[in-house]
Amino acid sequence: MANYNLTTPLDEATVRSLNVGDTVSISGRLYTGRDAMHHRIHTGTKPPVDLAGHIIYHCGPVMVKEGDHWKCNAAGPTTSSREEPYQWEVMRDYGIRGVIGKGGMGPKTLDGCAKYGAVYLHAIGGAAQVCAQWIKRVDGVDWMDLGSPEAIWHLWVEDFMTIVTMDAHGKSLHKEIFEESKAKLLALKAS
Amino acid sequence: MSATAQQAEQKAVDPALFETVLELIRRTSTILPDDVVRAIETAHATEEKGSNADVALNIIGCNIGLAKDKSAPICQDTGTILFYIHTPVGYDQLALEEAATEAVREATRIGYLRQNSVDSLTGKNSGDNTGPGSPVFHFHQWRKPHVEIKVMLKGGGCENMNAQYSLPHPDLGGRDLAGVENAILDCVLQAQGQGCGPGILGVCIGGDRGTSYAFAKEQLLRLLDDTNTDPVLGDLEKRIVDKANRSGIGPMGFGGKTTLLACKIGVANRLPASFFVSIAYMCWAYRRRGVEIDAASGAAVGWLY
Repeated sequence: MANYNLTTPLDEATVRSLNVGDTVSISGRLYTGRDAMHHRIHTGTKPPVDLAGHIIYHCGPVMVKEGDHWKCNAAGPTTSSREEPYQWEVMRDYGIRGVIGKGGMGPKTLDGCAKYGAVYLHAIGGAAQVCAQWIKRVDGVDWMDLGSPEAIWHLWVEDFMTIVTMDAHGKSLHKEIFEESKAKLLALKAS
Repeated sequence: MSATAQQAEQKAVDPALFETVLELIRRTSTILPDDVVRAIETAHATEEKGSNADVALNIIGCNIGLAKDKSAPICQDTGTILFYIHTPVGYDQLALEEAATEAVREATRIGYLRQNSVDSLTGKNSGDNTGPGSPVFHFHQWRKPHVEIKVMLKGGGCENMNAQYSLPHPDLGGRDLAGVENAILDCVLQAQGQGCGPGILGVCIGGDRGTSYAFAKEQLLRLLDDTNTDPVLGDLEKRIVDKANRSGIGPMGFGGKTTLLACKIGVANRLPASFFVSIAYMCWAYRRRGVEIDAASGAAVGWLY
């Protein structure tokens, strides 16, 4: 397990060198995107920003408008598994190099990570204030018609801490823990 | 009178009630209850230093402190806003509902709450957390002279991990405590880290499908360190926590010793034909608080949790 400080946009070789268990601190641009955004892209609308090399952050922040700029009041990760049907397509079609979320994702995304060179980065669910501290600026927003939590927020982050839980080598911490915990609970089953 | 109270008066709701509920929402969204903080700290001490579980609980600890200091939401996901209200006989519940709804709007405008109420057909966000079914009000009368309001914010991530089992079940067992235990632990297995564990379970054995879920959620109003009045259920609660914490799922599903902080189980009568076990999975960001209100003035006389 290693520690990395990476700045977006990321290149494929760097992303492919990451392994499950590595700690990665991200700096630079992050775009938020969750259910409605992924669904809209899936149904044929092009994203309003160039996602190549970027990371999509599964997050519906609390944003408050102060004058002509936005202030991020809270911004932890949302459950990623809801994007399982769509995420691999965004990797294939728009060249994202990773997603930040929580709870992990399934086999389609894991295959996508290996095929297109991407990683799943786990943030700490519920830690909305710690995450908000790593967000230094809100530089813009697209697709506000989807509602504030579902919009694409353009965040600028510094040292946003994550843990690689799915890598580009086909390894998923979530899959491993599920199998291990299933076996342990089976051994503890009441009869 | 404060600016917000003046605003409430303009909207023709009771200004004192409005202010009390607004403060209740602020506290609930930004300050995690002591019993929850203690349980997280106790759990943290058991995790191996430097492990992913340790890292997760460290960040969670920092987050709890930051939210309190900044008076900002612990979690960005406001979740479902659930009010559990007791009022004296003859008290105007409608006026309280109107004041509380207005307080929810104001708390959303300030940013204590995220805009979290979406039209299920059109996908349109109402922008102020109100609309059909939101917020949720559970009213009960009681014979005490004061009003009690408890509020719980239950995030969508953990709400999605709730589960309901109908026993007998081919893999989990029959209509007995073993079947119940296996059903609850199956819920823990399926949830993994997706409900923002370490989690807290509210469970109902019995009821119909609807009342069973509602009753399961109400178990989450109990204090984490209380003891079940029924020793059979008390033992079951301990067994569930012990086994879940031996599963190795750990905080955030990263692996580790703490999968559950607590399990609270209640029973409701069932039909002869039905046997439901309903589990409400609550995340570590277990936001619930309460207030006792003077019925005549609408002012807070005591804070709960």
